[in-house]
Amino acid sequence: MSIFFHELKRGQKSLLVWSCAIAFMLGICVLIYPEMKTQMDGISTMFAEMGSFSEAFGMDRINFGTFIGFFGVECGNILGLGGALFAATLGISSLAKEEKEHTAEFLLTHPVSREKVLAEKLLAVFAQIVVLNMVSVLVTVLSALAIGESADVKTMSLLFLSYFIMQIEISAVTFGISAFLRGNGLGIGLGIAVLLYFLNIISNLTENVKFLKYITPFGYTEGADIISNGAIEMPYLAAGIVFTAAGIAIAFIQYRKKDIS
Amino acid sequence: MKAIETNQLTKFYGKSRGITNVNLSVEEGDFFGFIGPNGAGKSTTIRTLLGLIFPTSGSAAVLGKSISQNRIEILSQVGYLPSEAMFYSGMRVRDILSYSAKLHQRDCKEEAGKLCERLELDISRRVDELSLGNRKKVGIVCALQHKPKLYILDEPTSGLDPLMQKEFYELLTERNQEGATVFLSSHVLSEISRYCKHAAVIRDGKILASDSVEKLGHTGVKRVTLQSAERVPEIPDAKNITVENGSVSFLYSGSPKQLLTSLADLSFEDFTVTDPDLEEVFMHYYVKEEN
Repeated sequence: MSIFFHELKRGQKSLLVWSCAIAFMLGICVLIYPEMKTQMDGISTMFAEMGSFSEAFGMDRINFGTFIGFFGVECGNILGLGGALFAATLGISSLAKEEKEHTAEFLLTHPVSREKVLAEKLLAVFAQIVVLNMVSVLVTVLSALAIGESADVKTMSLLFLSYFIMQIEISAVTFGISAFLRGNGLGIGLGIAVLLYFLNIISNLTENVKFLKYITPFGYTEGADIISNGAIEMPYLAAGIVFTAAGIAIAFIQYRKKDIS
Repeated sequence: MKAIETNQLTKFYGKSRGITNVNLSVEEGDFFGFIGPNGAGKSTTIRTLLGLIFPTSGSAAVLGKSISQNRIEILSQVGYLPSEAMFYSGMRVRDILSYSAKLHQRDCKEEAGKLCERLELDISRRVDELSLGNRKKVGIVCALQHKPKLYILDEPTSGLDPLMQKEFYELLTERNQEGATVFLSSHVLSEISRYCKHAAVIRDGKILASDSVEKLGHTGVKRVTLQSAERVPEIPDAKNITVENGSVSFLYSGSPKQLLTSLADLSFEDFTVTDPDLEEVFMHYYVKEEN
């Protein structure tokens, strides 16, 4: 497990910064809820009048006046988009960074198989995503307790679970892509995460492109769906699991035969 | 058992040439030099042997094991020094050394300590603060600390000062005497002629010659110098003709009789015929024939 621990050590600063940033914003978001609640009448009318803007974020379908409704849309976006960007940077750079900094030559001339390198690196990526999400859950619970709000545990757990699976999917897909890269793919990784986020927003706006929800993992993290159905949308989730498996499989197939320059 | 044996080893990067039909044979216990100009295919050969890149065709075995089947076993017995050693930025020398040892699943602390002392390497420094030469030293310790059976060194002395080069070759000679095989690539000819027992010359991806360093030096080619010659003689087998201060010098590979006949009607003050030094022989391989 030397590579796994080496990877965690290399990533600890970045993990600390991302966790703090996302947890801080989540915490702030929860803490402003009491203030928002007092103005909720005005806000609800405002959102009602905004039409497609509300639809884009699923705000037409959930009750903004409840804590879980507020959390599912407002705070969810922070962990959703922030976590997606973090997962993408991890996934895309895990392998590509070694080649960009020419350390792949160092690593792969040691008696370790490429499969072992891949497995331990992927495991390290997942572990860092787990940590980020645990910190996020902890900060959310603590700040909810601080403002004296409570929410249905099952629904909250489903929200967090969906964000977590989404980040795993994005990291696996970008990991698969990075097996083809020679240099730094950070731009590609972040681009993919943002693109997937906007695909979901577009699919919320018009029924014609509903199929996009099968492509983007944000399809199954939609707070409005989870809160109103009390469940994660299974067809979208299934598609996500297929993409995750495909990303990992492609990484193994490609990296096994890759020329390291 | 051969330490390295390649059979028609060929590597193309897309359409561009890496190496073509390379046949190398390095005996166990040898001190082998691999010589060639930049871009000749030295690194390509080495990287293929280490499994960093995959051959287009042909095969190779290192320490009796196929490079396509037994990469891990091979690498556990090999110490590799890349021509440009790069390490994880921000890490200290001691962490790099211990990470390398961990990847080898061995405890190399004692050996690493000795090596760092001899090479005067400060293990508390961060690798990104190191000069080229000091980074090279980190690479050397990584390649030597686990006491492998085979050393594969790609341009090992670039960046090292002359004292360190000497120390480094002493280390290699010790390891060689203990039974290890040394395979090093270089374009510094004097190094090869001084330390290596056997050598191979590579150019444009092809092996031109492979033999003992002594035999490579005795190619039947003579260097002929004519002092104060009236003109440049017309000799069919003369190559590499230079004219300097009135004296004419050239490499000659024909028969002695023909040389004397050709020189008979030429007036000059004095002349010498010598074996060219090894460096000159290698230069002869290096320089592309004009036709």
